[in-house]
Amino acid sequence: MIRLSIPLRQALARLSLPIMIAVAFGVMLLGKADTLLVERLRITLSDALTPIYGAISQPVNAVEEAIEEIQSLATLRSDNARLREENERLRRWHAAALGLEAENTLLRRQLGFMPEAAPNFHAARVVADGGGTYARAVLLAVPPQHAIRKGQVALDERGFVGRVTEVGSRSARVLLATDMNSRVPVTLEGSRARAVMAGTNGARPRLAHWPEGVIPQEGERVVTSAQANAFPAGLPVGVVRRNAQGSLEVELFARLDNLEMVRLFDFGLSGILPPEAVARPEPRPARR
Amino acid sequence: MSLSPKLRAPPPGRPEPPQDLARRIEALLRLAFPLLSTAVVLILSVTPTGLPALAFALAMPSVAFWTVFRPAGMAPPIVFILGLLLDLLTLAPLGVHIIALLALHGAAMRLRFWLARQGFFMVWLCFCLGALGAILLAWGFTALLLLTLPPWPPILHTLLLTAGLYPPIAIILSRAHEVMRRAEDLP
Repeated sequence: MIRLSIPLRQALARLSLPIMIAVAFGVMLLGKADTLLVERLRITLSDALTPIYGAISQPVNAVEEAIEEIQSLATLRSDNARLREENERLRRWHAAALGLEAENTLLRRQLGFMPEAAPNFHAARVVADGGGTYARAVLLAVPPQHAIRKGQVALDERGFVGRVTEVGSRSARVLLATDMNSRVPVTLEGSRARAVMAGTNGARPRLAHWPEGVIPQEGERVVTSAQANAFPAGLPVGVVRRNAQGSLEVELFARLDNLEMVRLFDFGLSGILPPEAVARPEPRPARR
Repeated sequence: MSLSPKLRAPPPGRPEPPQDLARRIEALLRLAFPLLSTAVVLILSVTPTGLPALAFALAMPSVAFWTVFRPAGMAPPIVFILGLLLDLLTLAPLGVHIIALLALHGAAMRLRFWLARQGFFMVWLCFCLGALGAILLAWGFTALLLLTLPPWPPILHTLLLTAGLYPPIAIILSRAHEVMRRAEDLP
């Protein structure tokens, strides 16, 4: 240990707070100037911590599942009634879907339609909340030799979740659709009008910039649009809802508050990335 | 001023503690305990809990408590490291949490001697005021660095969360502080 005289040590102690505040402002400027460095720091830290999170998340999930189980026991009767009614409805839809599928096959045959190849995906486990007070993101644990790239689309079993913004060797961060920096081009399925779904950090992103003359209907399905080449068209996103103030929002299909697994799809697109991800996506062999 | 050799000798009955390696490591661990414990809690707090502001809300009571009661273990560089860790763990613009925690630390440091004499509720109240300041500062710098106005409800959520977390954290930390102080008083 370095021995200092007492007055010098006192002076240093008194100066250390102003110095640290000055350094903090320096770090702030550096973070604004060199976003790539910040991203690299962040991903290094999450790579180091992901194994720990992976280990912790299992007992946490077990406890959560136990709580859910107990809650479901309480609503068993009403759930059963609801499910029976839903099953009835789905059975009718099943019949309709079979008819439509047959018709679709027939029409495709007549048109000589070339179906697109099913995109390949990787499933990844959500191990940590990667956002914070003013951001919505999740941290994924990915196997060491993975093919995950920045800009890939993340979906859960129901619908659109977000996009990959940071990729490390063992972890990846997905910026959720609810983050206030998230802007997703969408199509209103009923009117085929285009719009933008803007995150607000709340549970339901806002719907914005629909064309004049089109009024988005309450309950209308919202799917992704291929505009800006950032997303493939037609991924399920949510339904239009009008909030108490009368503005339009999107109720997402994905359950973002309870994400456990997401599927990362590689559609081979390299469109606009969210503001955090300033680096260009890595080149990828052309799509088959 | 000259001291006679007689006066310089340690008083009889209390031998000078031997500065062996084990004791030094122990002292170092005691010094590092506030940093290490807070860092571990912060790292664990980002497991998916559905509370996005949990990490920040957990950091503030710890920083304030150690600043008042054990300032050697919560010096400005340590607060800086914790703020940086918080910034990197969350997706906040770099520096926001550093400034907020340093401001809280500075305020607590200034009122340290006065606070240490107050009762628990007064300290709690003062902590809530300081935390509100820190949260507002973080909000303001986030707005400045992102060039958008972040939503304001999280300010209230974070304040309520951290105000509610302070008593249990303070109880646990004062136990730890008591244990460490007893260990330091040992001959």
